[in-house]
Order: sequence, then C-alpha cells, then structure tokens
Amino acid sequence: MKFIVSILLIALLSVAACLYLPWWSIAIVAFIVAASIPQKPVKSFFTGFISLFLLWGTLAWILSNNNNHLLAHKISVLILKMDSPVLLITATAVLGALVAGFGALAGSFVRKS
Amino acid sequence: MKILPLIISAAITAGLVVALNTKLLLPAPLGKLLSPQHGIWQNAENSNANFSADFNFSQLKGTVDVYLDDRLVPHVFAENENDIYFVQGFLHAKFRLWQMELQTHAAAGRASEIVGNIALKHDREFRRLGMVYAAEASLKEMESDPVTKSSCDGYTAGVNAYIATLSESTLPLEYKLLGYKPENWTNLKTALFLKNMSENLAGGEDDFEMTNARSFFSKEDFAKLYPLSQDSLDPIIPKGTVFIQPSFTPQVPLDADSLYFENQSVAVTKEEKPDPDNGSNNWAVAGSKTKTGAPILCNDPHLGLNLPSLWFEMQLTTPNYNAYGATFPGAPGIIIGYNDSIAWGVTNGGRDVRDYYEIKFKDDTRKEYWYNNSWNRTEFRYEEILVKDSLPYYDTVAYSLFGPVMYDKSFSGGRAANSRYFSVRWKAHDNSNELKAFLMLDRAKNYDDYLDAVKNMKTPGQNFAFAAKSGDIAMRTQGEWPAKWKGQGDFIMPGTDSRYLWQGMIPFDETPFQYNPERGFVSSANQNPADSTYPYYLGRGYPLYRGVIINRKLAEMSNITGDDMMKLQTNNYNVFAEMAMPVFLKNMKESELSESEKKYFDLLKAWDFNNAPDSKGATVFAVLWDSFQASIYDDEFKAAPAVIMHPYESNLLEGILKDSVYQFVDNISTPATETLADAVTTALKLTAEKLVKIEKSKRLEWAKYKSTSVNHLTKLAVLSRLNLPIGGGTHCINAAKSNHGPSWRMIVSLTPKTEAYGVYPGGQSGNPGSSFYDNFVDKWAAGEYYPLWVMARGEEKDKRVKATISFNKL
Repeated sequence: MKFIVSILLIALLSVAACLYLPWWSIAIVAFIVAASIPQKPVKSFFTGFISLFLLWGTLAWILSNNNNHLLAHKISVLILKMDSPVLLITATAVLGALVAGFGALAGSFVRKS
Repeated sequence: MKILPLIISAAITAGLVVALNTKLLLPAPLGKLLSPQHGIWQNAENSNANFSADFNFSQLKGTVDVYLDDRLVPHVFAENENDIYFVQGFLHAKFRLWQMELQTHAAAGRASEIVGNIALKHDREFRRLGMVYAAEASLKEMESDPVTKSSCDGYTAGVNAYIATLSESTLPLEYKLLGYKPENWTNLKTALFLKNMSENLAGGEDDFEMTNARSFFSKEDFAKLYPLSQDSLDPIIPKGTVFIQPSFTPQVPLDADSLYFENQSVAVTKEEKPDPDNGSNNWAVAGSKTKTGAPILCNDPHLGLNLPSLWFEMQLTTPNYNAYGATFPGAPGIIIGYNDSIAWGVTNGGRDVRDYYEIKFKDDTRKEYWYNNSWNRTEFRYEEILVKDSLPYYDTVAYSLFGPVMYDKSFSGGRAANSRYFSVRWKAHDNSNELKAFLMLDRAKNYDDYLDAVKNMKTPGQNFAFAAKSGDIAMRTQGEWPAKWKGQGDFIMPGTDSRYLWQGMIPFDETPFQYNPERGFVSSANQNPADSTYPYYLGRGYPLYRGVIINRKLAEMSNITGDDMMKLQTNNYNVFAEMAMPVFLKNMKESELSESEKKYFDLLKAWDFNNAPDSKGATVFAVLWDSFQASIYDDEFKAAPAVIMHPYESNLLEGILKDSVYQFVDNISTPATETLADAVTTALKLTAEKLVKIEKSKRLEWAKYKSTSVNHLTKLAVLSRLNLPIGGGTHCINAAKSNHGPSWRMIVSLTPKTEAYGVYPGGQSGNPGSSFYDNFVDKWAAGEYYPLWVMARGEEKDKRVKATISFNKL
C-alpha cells in the first residue's frame, strides 16, 4: 500500500513541481515523499524509479505519438546516433527514473522505516 | 537517521543531477533536454495543433485579426499601420525567432557568443567590415523617417511581446539544444538584418585576387584571361538603348595603370565571401504577349537554401493597402510580392561597391595615416567579442576617411599580406533607408509610386521588375552606384591621396531602365545592366547565360499563361552547354578513346542540353567542363599565389570560340605544343576516370551528382533535407546548385482578380518538430507551385482558414 501510494504521490507532485520548477525538482519530490512515507531503502528507491519511469515514459510517449514521432526521429539520431523514437522515449524514462530513484533512496534514510 | 547512507545517496543524486544538467560530464544536459515538461518533447508539435489564440496588448491601437490557412500562412487584417507591424513582428517571432536571432548575431559579429571559438574569425571579419558601424548609420537614417521609424518600433515591440510569453519549456528547440535564451529585439537588429542582405548581395569583390593576378601575369595575358567585355552578353537593358549624356565624367588618375604592377600581395588562405551566385531571375511580360491580356510578373531570388527559410509568406491588409508576398523574418513589410494594383520583384544588381585602399600609417599604433600630403588622425572602434565557454576577444579597428582599416597586421582574413594595411570603402556604410523602398512598394498603386519607392534603394542595388494592372511593365537597374572610371575598383587602390576616391554617385535619372518596351517584356538575371555604350563603368564578372536563355524564350513566346511561366521558371536548359558543346564535338580525337571513354562521350553526344534530374549527359558535361578548364589553366596558374583570380567559364568559352589557337591551350609545363584537340581529349580521359567512380557509387544521374540540399542553419543533417530530386544548376533558369538556388518562386498574373502562384523550399514553421517545418520542399523540388490566396474580409468561414488569432488592445 505504502509502495503504491508513494509511487502515485511522487508522480503527481513531480508533475506539479515541474510546472514551476526545473526538471530536477523530481529528485526533491522523491526525497520528500520517501522521507514522509518511510520504507526499506531498496523499496524507496524503486518507488522513485518506477514512478518517474512511468511518468516520463508515458508523457514522452503521448507527446511523441501526437507528433507522429516526427521530432523523435530527428532527436534520437542526434543524441543516440540511432533513428529510434522508442529508444529515445525509453532513455527519457530511464533518466527520470534514476534521478528520482536515488532521490527517494536518500529520503528513505531520514527516518527509520 | 542514517547519516552516512543519506549523505552518500544524496551525493549520488546530486551528482546525477549535475551530470544531466550541465556539460561537465556529458556532451549535453540530457536531463534538461529530455524532461517531458521542459525539454525537446515540448517542441514535438501536436499534429492536430490548433493555433487559435487571443491576445491583448497595450501597444495596440485597435483590433488585428489573423487567419492562418492550411499552409500556416497568416492573413493579417489591421485597422491601422502600427498595429500591422506589431503583429507581423509577433508572428515572425512566433514561428521563426531563433533564426532571426542567429542571423542578426552572425551579422553583428556575435556568432561566437552562441557557438564558441570556431566563429571567432567570422566575427572579427564582420566587425572589421563595419557591419555594426553600417547598421548604426542605417538605423539613424531609418529612425529619422517617420514611416520607417514607426514601422520598426511597432515591429520590435511585437517581437518582444512574443519573447515575453516564452518560458523554459516553450523555448524554440535550437535554444534548448545550444543552451541559451533569446534576448530582446531592437531596431538595430532590423538594421543589422538588412545590412546582412547587403553583405550577401553587395559585399562581393575580388580586389586582392585581381591585384595578385595583375602582378603575376603579363599585361597581355591578363587582358586575355580577364576580358572587360563578353560577346555573348544580352544586357538587362538591351543593346541599342540610347543613354542620356552623363552629368559628369570621372577623372582617371594618371598612374592608374602602372600602379598595379607594384602591388605584390601574397596571402595563404581564402576568406569568407558571399556566394557569387547570390542573384536571381525576374521578368515581366506585357499584356500583348499573354493569353489574358494582362501582364504577368515572375521572380525567383537565388540565395543559400536554408531551413528555416529566409522567407516567410504573409498577407498584410490595412485600410491603405492589401499586399501579399514573401517577407523577411527580421524586418517589417513585404519584400517581394504584389498588392491590388501592382507586382514587383528583384534580382541582384551585383555591381562592385566594395573597394580597398592601401593605407600608409605613420607607425604601428595606427593613430595617423598619410593623406593628401599630411598626417590625419584615425578614429578607433573597440570591439568586444564574447566567446561562449571562453574569454572575450578584444579587437581594435582603426577608421580612416575611407572606412575601417579591415586588414592589418593582426588580421588579414587570409587575403592580404599581414605587413600592409587596407581600408575598405563599402557603399553599405553610407546612410540608406532601403526598408522604405519596400514599405512604399507594398502600398504603391502605379508606375510613379514605383519610381518614388525604388529611389530609396541605395544599397544593395537591385534590378526591380514592375508590372501593373493598368498594363505597365518596367525594369530599373536601381541603386546608388558610384560613378567609376573604367577599371576603377577592380584592384586595390592607393589611399594616400584623393585621386582614387569615388568621385560621385550616378544620378537617379541616369539609371538604365525600360518602361513599356516594344519587345513586350523586361527581364534581368544578374547580367550586365547595359552594354559598353553606357557612359559609366559597370565592372566585370557578371553571369551571362541565364539572361541569354530567358530573353531567347520570352522573345519567342506568345499567348503566355501562368503555366507557361511556371515551366519557364523551372526550366533546366543549359545554354552554356549548348554553346560549349561544339568545342568538344569538333575537337575530340575519338580514335584515341578507350571503350569506357567512348561510352561517356556517347552519353555526351546524345544529351539534349537539359539538366534534367535523371540526366547522365548533364553530369558528363559538368565534370568534363571542369576537367577541361583545369587542364587549360592549371599550368599557367601552377606558380601563382594561392589567393588569385581564376578566369570565368565564359572567358574560357569565348576565348576558344573566338580563337581556336587560344593561347592558354598549350601546356607550358611540357616541351610539346598542345592543341585544342589534345586538351579536349585529355580532359575527357580525366573525366572518364572520375565518372567511373561516380557511376559506381550510383551518382551518375544529375540530381544525385549535384545533390541539392536545404540545410538547417546549424548544418545538422537530421534537421536538413538532403539530396533533393531536382535538376537545373548554374547557367539554367532553374538555378538550383548544391546548397543554393531559387529560395522563393513567385508568378503573378495581374488580371482584375489577381492570380498568383508561389513556393519556397521550406515551411512556415521554424520548429523542426512541426509538420510545417519543411512541407513545401518536395513540391518545390518537383517544380510545382501553390496558388497564393489573398483573403478578403467575409471569407472567414472559408475552409482554408484553420485558425484565428485575435489581437486586441488592452
């Protein structure tokens, strides 16, 4: 239960934070949520990881799909040297996931679970 | 709290953030770039995007309604003039902001701020050329005229109003990729943009190259390699035109001829020059030659082919005028287009208005220079060039009465010997208000209005074609041109006294022009404005052949329709090849050719002179001519300095056609005397070697060999359109080279309800993530056109209207 709630909370608060703050506010959000809902460190890491993997992955996919992946084709070649919108979306998801994962991990050490 | 694990994991998190937010560890800030709410994903335009919006601005005096059509062309209806330029600025910024800023930064010698050290040489060059100095002078003139001042003020305010709406996530893509933010627009930037056009069109010269050639070759050889006149010339204003008596005759200095022998400039590398093919075609045919009885005007300016395009289509309607055409993001008004009464178009005048004077300084401080028997003080301009990721560069440029001392011991641009000083006298430094010419054309109603408008076009001088619904057609080779004596400005001149100065400007009334000529058409394709009976020196090095083929075709056409004009504008016939072919056919020693060489010669013989996209003969000819020209001249030029003038193709062709024992045919490196037959055959053998490789890589077809591309301004391949299936090329009306060509094609039939067609290789949106980024390119490559729609009030429900933007006053 705490696991699911954390995932949802991190996702919702990240979206809200990113409306006004830079992208790395996801790390702060993950930290605060993990500190507020104490779980075992490994579990906390995964709340952050899964939350942003899904959030960023989904957002990127929706935006790209609505665009017929026009831009993703171009940017994936530029950044990944491969023409693959899927790869670019996945990379996006992984980046967000890692940052939020470690942010949550850090937050989990604030209080004993 | 577990302190240690907390610190460690927090440090890892922070480390990740830093790595993904900066370029310290990774080549790009990937976190920033890929964040769906901030980065590039925000630029992935929804394919069903609705551009409709409502804005309120205090700067507006009334309401402005903008209707975007299915090609994203804005049709703008304003209640007063100021508002229309405000909205034009806003829309230009909305669709093309990054391009506007990059181009004006480059013009101002500020490219290093964006791209770093690699642009430093360019920036120094442009500052030393006096680009900002010229723009400042121009701006003063523009702001002293109430019409241009208010249009610039409105335009600037509109651009800035758009910039104010931007947030990190809504920044254009390139700002995110390059990592910077836009700065505010100013009237100076509009002036800089226009000066950039001057650099592109009126910045060309070969003074150092010609001077080196003059020193290297004998007087007789020089005259043969670089003749003053060309036989094939069909001038813009036809031969036989009588010109009025000149109001004054420039005095030729006595030592003008011998002086050039003493100039021994040696330099190592070539410098940045405007493309010599920056030119265009335009023509207007009178009603006597058209099917409808109304005149038709056509224009296709030839410039670098870039994405986003230099041009942006718009309709501007106020109570005073209703105009449509191609606009410049960076400046107000319509530049090439038409209104309810008239149409106009431009080709580049191309006359040399950039000359160099050698300065004799008292010492290396450059504080004083010798002029008219005394030491005169220079003025200094301090240029601070900011460089991304590096320390600023400081340049000090001395200004003499001629202009900036562009080349000196600290900067030679690769052309001048570092031990000498050269000041550049460039017409673009003089006061001018070329913007006024365009704003007046936008609202011109007849020939007299056209004359009043183009009077303001001092630099860059342009050949203005004109046609009116009244039936008038006209052509003026317009500009404020220095009145030069024969040969003046072809070489470096001494700057120690006044004898070599420009002695005056050619008066407006002495401009070569045509008004309703008997032949029923006017045309220009950057050839000489007139023949040698014109009393002033016009310079050399004009392209000849497009003018020849355009005039030939227009003369034989009648009952002309819009379709006929489209076919003419996209015509791939290579008249230069037509003239050159007999040289190859008559002189080839066929018996000496191998099987493979014969094969290519047969392709050449079978060719119909059309540079069609799939033509192999066109490729054979192009490679053959290049090999031929190289084999003729390489021996003569072997010992020449690296910076030297090379003869034009027309010079070689005319030389040979006139005299088959053309002196340069002989290879001076060999004891034997080569004949034309030897040269032609050798050239074919070299050509065949090259063609075998080209054919193997499947590039023998002309379009594949030529590889016309439209490149993003950063030159990134993924953002560009490469290898387009288009024919034509240099010397063809369809002048599509590898990166340069018809940047806008327009055909206007001045029937009571105007019928017009247009296309450019790009799209209205500058966003590479938009489907409107490059949606016109394929149609342009195929030689097709879009009908241009001048929307009327009442047509708001037309199915072509896809979005409405309302601008209201606050």
